[in-house]
Amino acid sequence: MIGHHLRGVSLAAITCAVLGLSACATTGQTPDDTAAKPSKDRTLAAGLDPATTLDPYPSTYQPLPRENFAVVGATVLTGTDRKIENGVVVVTDGKIAAVGDASTPVPSGYRVVEARGRYVTPGVIDVHSHLGVYPSPGVSGMSDGNEATSPNTAQVWAEHSLWPQDPGFNTARAGGVTTLHILPGSANLFGGRGVTIRNVPSITMQGLKFPAAPYTVKMACGENPSRVYGGRNQSPATGMGNMAGYRAAFIAARDYKAKWDKWREDGEGAAPTRNLQNETLMGVLDGSILIQNHCYRADEMALMMDMAKEFGYRITTFHHATEAYKLAPQLAASGICAAMWTGWWGFKMEALDAIEENAALVDAQQGSCAVIHSDDAELTQRLNQEAAAALSAGRRAGLNISEEHAIGWITSNAAKAIGIADQTGSLEPGKRADVVIWSADPFSIYARADQVFIDGALTFDRSNPAYQPTSDFELGQPGYGLTAANVTEGAR
Amino acid sequence: MRLSHILAGAVAALSLAAPALAQSGPQVARSAVGQNETVAIVGGRILTGNSVIENGTVVIRDGKIVSVGSGGAPSGARVIDAAGKTVAPGFVAVDSGLAGNEVGSVSGTNELRNSANTLSAAFDISYGLDPWSFTLPVARLGGITRAIVVPQHPGSSGGHVHEDETAGAGDGGYQTPGLFAGQAAIINLGQGSNILVKPRVAMVAPFGEAGAGIAGGARGAQFVLFKETLSEVRLYARNKSAYERAGLRDLSLSRADLEALIPVANGTMPLIVTVHRASDIQQVLRLAREEGIKLILDGAEEGWLVAGDIAAAGVPVLLNPISNLPSDFEMRAARAENAAALNAAGVVIAIKGNEGSTHRAREARYNAGNAVSHGLPYEAAIAALTVNPAKIFGMAGQFGQIAPGAAGDVVVWSGDPLEPLSQPSAVFVNGVEQPLTSRPLMLRDRYRQQTPMPPAYRN
Repeated sequence: MIGHHLRGVSLAAITCAVLGLSACATTGQTPDDTAAKPSKDRTLAAGLDPATTLDPYPSTYQPLPRENFAVVGATVLTGTDRKIENGVVVVTDGKIAAVGDASTPVPSGYRVVEARGRYVTPGVIDVHSHLGVYPSPGVSGMSDGNEATSPNTAQVWAEHSLWPQDPGFNTARAGGVTTLHILPGSANLFGGRGVTIRNVPSITMQGLKFPAAPYTVKMACGENPSRVYGGRNQSPATGMGNMAGYRAAFIAARDYKAKWDKWREDGEGAAPTRNLQNETLMGVLDGSILIQNHCYRADEMALMMDMAKEFGYRITTFHHATEAYKLAPQLAASGICAAMWTGWWGFKMEALDAIEENAALVDAQQGSCAVIHSDDAELTQRLNQEAAAALSAGRRAGLNISEEHAIGWITSNAAKAIGIADQTGSLEPGKRADVVIWSADPFSIYARADQVFIDGALTFDRSNPAYQPTSDFELGQPGYGLTAANVTEGAR
Repeated sequence: MRLSHILAGAVAALSLAAPALAQSGPQVARSAVGQNETVAIVGGRILTGNSVIENGTVVIRDGKIVSVGSGGAPSGARVIDAAGKTVAPGFVAVDSGLAGNEVGSVSGTNELRNSANTLSAAFDISYGLDPWSFTLPVARLGGITRAIVVPQHPGSSGGHVHEDETAGAGDGGYQTPGLFAGQAAIINLGQGSNILVKPRVAMVAPFGEAGAGIAGGARGAQFVLFKETLSEVRLYARNKSAYERAGLRDLSLSRADLEALIPVANGTMPLIVTVHRASDIQQVLRLAREEGIKLILDGAEEGWLVAGDIAAAGVPVLLNPISNLPSDFEMRAARAENAAALNAAGVVIAIKGNEGSTHRAREARYNAGNAVSHGLPYEAAIAALTVNPAKIFGMAGQFGQIAPGAAGDVVVWSGDPLEPLSQPSAVFVNGVEQPLTSRPLMLRDRYRQQTPMPPAYRN
């Protein structure tokens, strides 16, 4: 996906940048001329050229120690609308190798995990998390999720706030969460870049960063930006102020992009000065950075969709989207995902019309992309239950929704919503082996994640303390090492 | 073929059939049922609150449960077939804001918080509760038929507290005016204008970090201030006539607050103490012993570390079993097994809903289910939603159980009420069957239809 960043930049310019050719272009020359008569060095000093610093804080993620294995006997929900009774899931070198019925062969030498009576699903993906940026403990000194100093902070990156020792990563994993999309908060029109992570314990952010996952940018509609900045007697103080703020930012980003494109084309004058804020929005304009838009109300989502047309970019996902059901056909037609809660409502005016059937009604449209998200360190541990409540509401409304379909709301659709559907979110050959073995039907309140695999590595085992990691913060705290109710399983 | 293709067709079909569905669907109000009607719910699995009866019959008459057992329906009774279903007492929301807040961020709709510096303990929440609140039908669809509505304070679990929503703006700077947040009330969730069951059932006070903040910042200040306050209350109670003729030394509380605290000081009105840290729980238990006050613990995330102490003191606990994160330094030992551990130690527990049990009161049943998956016996989880809250608030036998003489608060579920995939098919409050409607369901139905005219015409 990173490569997409280069779309819109001339081939010659890329060649120049990549090869570091000196005197690559002169005014008025065609690319062919450029290649023939390179006349200007467009190599910039380190850190000054956006095109050569696409990934300055690269992932160092390595899967945990793993072995080849097969889960047999379970009811498998593949994440692709498929349910296999007494199924077999074969994992080779951290990838799904085969998924099928009981006749699926298990290669010799593979460890066999007996899961009769249990359920297997893809690893759960939470597309809206603030773990690490709003960690536990939520005390002074640790609240790093909202750079609420200016309405446009597209220049900040959530990954630079992420504290890998947040105990919430461990509890989320114990709830089956293998991938998290960590976002800045919603105080600003542009809150900054989000980062997608593998949910493994790590000393550094880079150690859990999802390799090659696209960058995202958090935008926020509605009450939050206008309340935060209106309260300081500055813009935006209203919904119209919000819109003016977004538009001004995209105009600036267009201008910035044009300057870079022109300079790459003709090499005239000094290179534009790198601007991190515009650079993020330029990524939106060229399609390499995916918009993740906190937006509750249907009328506001419609405005955001028109604004995307005005400036020529795409919205990937609306978050919270409490009124998505009012706009379900338009969302589906535009290919925009809606990430929703089931039970949260009424905490502010833009959440007043939230209904439990939101996901089911969005989902009922052809071409839709309904996602259940958390935005919460407790709810992320139980996204399967939030999906179950959404499924239950849909059935109450008379919709015939299967569990093998609804599991997609927290797996395959979630992967699509953050641009990693080619990597994970379903149990299909070639995908990363992110696998959860549940003690029971995951749509039951009593189901627990027994074992959680990330890239084929066992990262959590409810019955084996050797696979129940704790963060540094938890060591030596009150209650550490003791068990409540003589229960020795689970994360906390 | 993608399932949504099929679903799209199903929606279209349903849309066409919507008017007919509206007449027959379970979401529509049934004809009003009089209090004098006899109703027999037959054939279901009955959770009485502290036992299970398979294939039983519940008979409701004159607003109350008259019998429960294996007998048939009495002649003349309206029979509700509950074969294959589960029949449970209506759940009791504890630590709730139901009927006291419509929209969290709209302060004009918030009757749960009071900031006058002349009145704290005397604040009587019962005057502000709205029987027409749209929060009530929503909670009812989650099987809730009663609520203990409590005043909020800086340590409350009430309100939408996610930092994503509040950061940058602060949380309004609300401070309770004194050590006490005010007095709780019991309501029923029956449709109609008369929801108040009993006002002034308990006093509410924060301890721990929130309580210390009120006293000046340190726990050691709050405990001293608390004891000094109780001594003033006792002084006042012994010398009312002197007080009235201004013959008593100046007291720090208003007369209304002093009056309200007399039953707390003499141990007849329970004090709901919001507290989290194990050491704070120990200190509060000690305070109660020294002062002769009757406690109910609220929160108690670290309670499992001192479960024996809580049990020995005979103090009940209102808790949320899903609080398992060290959200701050007074919850570092929070564990999902807290409910199981306290129950095993013999503590009477009640399970709360989420975010102050107002809009998300309906999630109490899921919280109970999660307590079960973390070691709490199933029967104890049901009791923690039914008989235990009634017992804790002095209403044992009056509601919260399916037993002769108890209020006719009964819910018929499609299956296990703790499962999200189960839904209620009938809800009775005081023997009156309630409409299975709510404002969110009206929105749902409005937007499921497709008509030439805009949704605003679909009423």
